[in-house]
Parts: sequence; structure tokens; C-alpha cells
Amino acid sequence: MTTLRPGTRARTASTGAGAGTRTRTSRPLRALPSSLVLWLLALGFLIPVAWFLLSSFKPGSELFSLPLTLFPENWTVSGYTTAWNRFNFAQYFLNTSIVAVVTTVLTVLVSAMTGYALAKYQAWWLKVFFICILATTMLPTEVIMPSSFAVVRDLGLYNTLAGIIVPSIITATGIFMFRQYFKTIPDELLEAARIDGVSEFGAFWRIMLPLAKPIAVVLAIFSFQWRWNDYIWPLIVLRDPDRYTLQVALRSIVGADNVDWSVLLSASVISLVPMLILFAIFQRQILNADVNSGLKD
Amino acid sequence: MSTTKSVDGRSAETSALITVGRGARRARRPRRSSTRFVLAPLVFIAVAVVLFALFFLWPGALGLWYSFTDYSGVGTPEFIGAENYIDLAQDPVFYTVLGRTLLYTLLSVPLHYVAALGIAMLLTSTFAKGKSVARIIFFLPWLISPIVAGVIWKWLFGENFGLVNYLIEMLGGNGLQWETNPNLALVLILIVSTWGGTAFNMLLFIAAIRNIPQSYLEAAQLDGANGWQRFYRIVLPLLRPTSFMVILLTTIGAMKEFAMVQALNGGGPGTSNMFIVQYIYRTGFERADVGYASAASMVLMVILIIIAIIQLRFDKRNDLA
Repeated sequence: MTTLRPGTRARTASTGAGAGTRTRTSRPLRALPSSLVLWLLALGFLIPVAWFLLSSFKPGSELFSLPLTLFPENWTVSGYTTAWNRFNFAQYFLNTSIVAVVTTVLTVLVSAMTGYALAKYQAWWLKVFFICILATTMLPTEVIMPSSFAVVRDLGLYNTLAGIIVPSIITATGIFMFRQYFKTIPDELLEAARIDGVSEFGAFWRIMLPLAKPIAVVLAIFSFQWRWNDYIWPLIVLRDPDRYTLQVALRSIVGADNVDWSVLLSASVISLVPMLILFAIFQRQILNADVNSGLKD
Repeated sequence: MSTTKSVDGRSAETSALITVGRGARRARRPRRSSTRFVLAPLVFIAVAVVLFALFFLWPGALGLWYSFTDYSGVGTPEFIGAENYIDLAQDPVFYTVLGRTLLYTLLSVPLHYVAALGIAMLLTSTFAKGKSVARIIFFLPWLISPIVAGVIWKWLFGENFGLVNYLIEMLGGNGLQWETNPNLALVLILIVSTWGGTAFNMLLFIAAIRNIPQSYLEAAQLDGANGWQRFYRIVLPLLRPTSFMVILLTTIGAMKEFAMVQALNGGGPGTSNMFIVQYIYRTGFERADVGYASAASMVLMVILIIIAIIQLRFDKRNDLA
């Protein structure tokens, strides 16, 4: 820890990170600058989304008519109905949901088992494997795309949803999160279970895994988001438009020669709905997630 | 599991160990447990080991092999020595792509860091009002896929139809060339990626800031430290592990940026903002030159490893200081 230099006593604190107030200035006045900055920034973050959302409710004729107005003059959902009818959204949703849900379940299970082994057993080969797992963060799919594709093709997974699911199951983040968490659970608990004659797998499945439920929920949410928004890997693995995931399908709309903005905006909003619902349900878990022990995928 | 029997056989000893406590147990443990449990951990990690071998080791080795061949995606790859690497070294496009990627990384990492830390500080400060709503707003971009993010900002920054140029013109300026000027297009990519990447890093920082004991800050305040001093001398040093992780992950993330750029301007105008992953994708999958693309992949991998090693070194030195 760095020690503070004395000699600055005369100065009063201006703004600060959550320390108690000692100065005489009234609270509302002190709240002003940081609140102002916070809200200006928040506005900056919000405006793109708001403009995009509101535009999606404008009729095509109004999208480019000057002067531009923030709110649509005539609210319409015609962009939405056109988008929904023109593209096979039901199919894209189904495909993406299958990928996201199956991958998430498997990711949580495999990460929990691996993280548990790495936290609760000692062996040189476990250490070696842990280093291997950490190394995968340096070697993401993007870096070795051509050969990863060749492997998936040789395994007969090309143009299948399994080709997206199976390679995405193992994530360093998930394994790391579980490992850190299981390390905080006292070994005595495990020893006691062993004394009671519980098998190693039983101890994991009936005692340890239920204890790790908070981590499982956080990882599940993150994994779902990664897979829902994944683009490059599905783009490479899928050929058949009927198997397209949402992002790949969306990109094919964006890439069209003549962009129909009214349809594109609505289609993009439609693709966001599941994530918004997920966020609404798990807001508390997501915003309070202590993902510090993990890594990003 | 077969290991349970031996546990039962030693239950007296085990329970004795529990009462002895941590220090003693730690001293004796490695020798014992390494022989006691082999099957159980092996079963636990089996799936991960298989997946690791299939989707990391194999492609890694294969990519290295391909980079020395003329493989086109079909047929048998033929060994051509270092020809791909020699061609890469003489390929001006590759240098442009690499330079653009590095420039983007160099600019985006500090931007990401400052944005995430600043917002996290504001969101944890006692004074700011409306923090819970603001936090949701800042988190919104996390829900939005890079493809949709590209659509949103393309819509906002369209040269002829976008809101931003409209506002600039309304204020009497000339609309900026977000689509046709390569440097402005890069600025736009920087803005969008910062907007999209802040949420996750912000969460990391918020969690870390909350872990800083209040007493440290209060003691510093009693000693007369002002807000900036408290931040610079207490908060920042204590956030070092998190900062390190954010910088490392952002660097790696920036080096392999793809989807958002693809949707925003496709690496344009022309190929002036093509990044390395896009280059690999184009040569490998659109031009079916897998050997060449693999060589580029290997170069990217080496760069990432070097970055990681440098940062790890840097982090270690900091800890010793």
C-alpha cells in the first residue's frame, strides 16, 4: 500500500470516491458536478440506442425527411411486420436459442467439473492442464480460424448447429470462475463428506455444485450472451440459410446492396428482445456479478 | 468412485487431520492426496481435456502445418517451406492491415480503460444522484450484439442521412465524411467499440472498488488528502490487479476485432480499415488460400503471446516495487 504524504491538510476534499463527508458544503451542491458528468455520459450512451429505437417506429418515408425529428410523427410497426414476414425470424430464433441454451448448459457443467477438480485436487498434471486452459485465452478461435474450420469440417460438424456448440463449450472464464469459487469453500466440508462415505462424484454433485449456484447463474448469463451475439464462428460453420443464427442472418440483411433501413432497424430491434428479457429477469445478478475472478471470452 | 473405500479406511486419520488444522494439513497434504485421488479428478476434467485437445491443440498444430503449405481448403496440402511467410513479409496489404490493427489497439485500450474506470468511479461515488438508472443505461450496450451495434452507429453517423451530420450542419458546420475518410471511419470504430466495451470492464471495476476498505479512504481524508490524492494514491494502486486484467483483455479483444467493424463499414472505405482478423477471414475463406491465411494467423498468435508476456512482466515488476 502506498502511504500518503502529509502536508496537504489545509486542502478540503472536493469530489471523491465514496468517502464520508467532512466538509461543510451542503450535499446537494457537492452532488452537482459528479451527477452532471454522470448524466451527460449516460445521455451519450443512451442517445444512439434511443435514436435507433425511435427510428424503427417511423414509416419509411419519414426516415430521411428533413428536418429530422426525434419522435416519429406517425408511429408505425410496418417495419416490424415487413421484417418479420420477409425473413424467417422464427427459424433464426429457434436456431440461436438451441445454440445458446445447449452451449450454456454444457459450459456451466463442464466448467464446474473442471474448476472443481482444479480447486480441490492436487496433482502435477492438474497444474499443467490449468496452464493449458489459461493459454486458451491467448488462442481464441479468431486467431486460428482456418485450421479450426478444418477440424470442425473433418469431425463432420460443418453446417450443423453442433459445429457451433461443441467448440464453444470450454471457456477459460468459466473454469476460472468456478476454480476460484471452489477454492473458497473449506476442504473440511469435503473431508466430512468423504468420512460419511459419499463418493467423490456424489460430493461434487450433491454438495459442491449446489453451493456454487450463484457462480453457475452468473456464468450461465454470460455464456448465453456470448453465444446469442456470436458472429464470426457461426458465419464460418453455417452454410445453409435455414440454419443461420440471428447475427449471421442480420448481417446478410446489413450487407445487402440496397439497405432497406426501415426493415433493418426493425429486424435489429427484434433480435435484441431476448437479451432485453434476459436482462430484465436477471438484472440484479448481472449488475452485481463479481466477475473479477474470471476472464472475458 | 473407487477412491471412497480408502477414505473410509482412513477416516480416523482424516478426522484427526481436520482437528490439527490448516498449517499441519497443508504440509502433509500434497504427498498424500496426489496418490489418493487420481481417477476422480481425471474424470472431472476428462471432457475439458478432450475439448481442449480437439479445438485448441489440434487446430493450433494444424494451423502451424498449414502455414508451411499451399493448402486451399480442398485436396492435399503440399509443403512449400516458408514461402507463405516470405510472401507475407513482402505483402504491402498485410502491413497496412497490421498497422491499422496496432493503431486501433493503441488508441482503443486507453480509451476503454479511462471510460470504464471513470464511469465506475462515478457510479460508486457517494455524491452522484440517479446512479441505479445510470448504471442500467451504461450496461445497455452489453446486451446489444456487435452486429446490431454496427447498424445503430451506421444509422447515426450516415454521411448523407445520419443524425450526427444533420446536427453538425444545423449548427452551421459541414457534415463530416464518416464513411469516405479512412481516419474518421477509424474514429467512429473507436467510439463504437468504447461504447460497446465499457459495460463489462465497468462491472469489473465496480466490484473491485467496492472491495476497497472504506477505512483506508477515511483515514486518508483525515490526513487531509483531497479527492484526487485519494484516487491516485489509494484507489488506483489497489485496483492494479483489475486494471491489469482489463488492459490485457481489452488489448487482446482489440487485436481480434471483427464483427462490429464488419457491420459498421466492412473495413472500409475500401480496405483501408481492414483489421487482421478480417484479412485472415478474407484470404482463408473468400480467396480459399488457407496456407497463406494460416501464416497470417500464426503471426497474429505470436503478437498476442508477445503482448501477454510483456504485460505479465510489467505486472510482476509493479508488484515488486
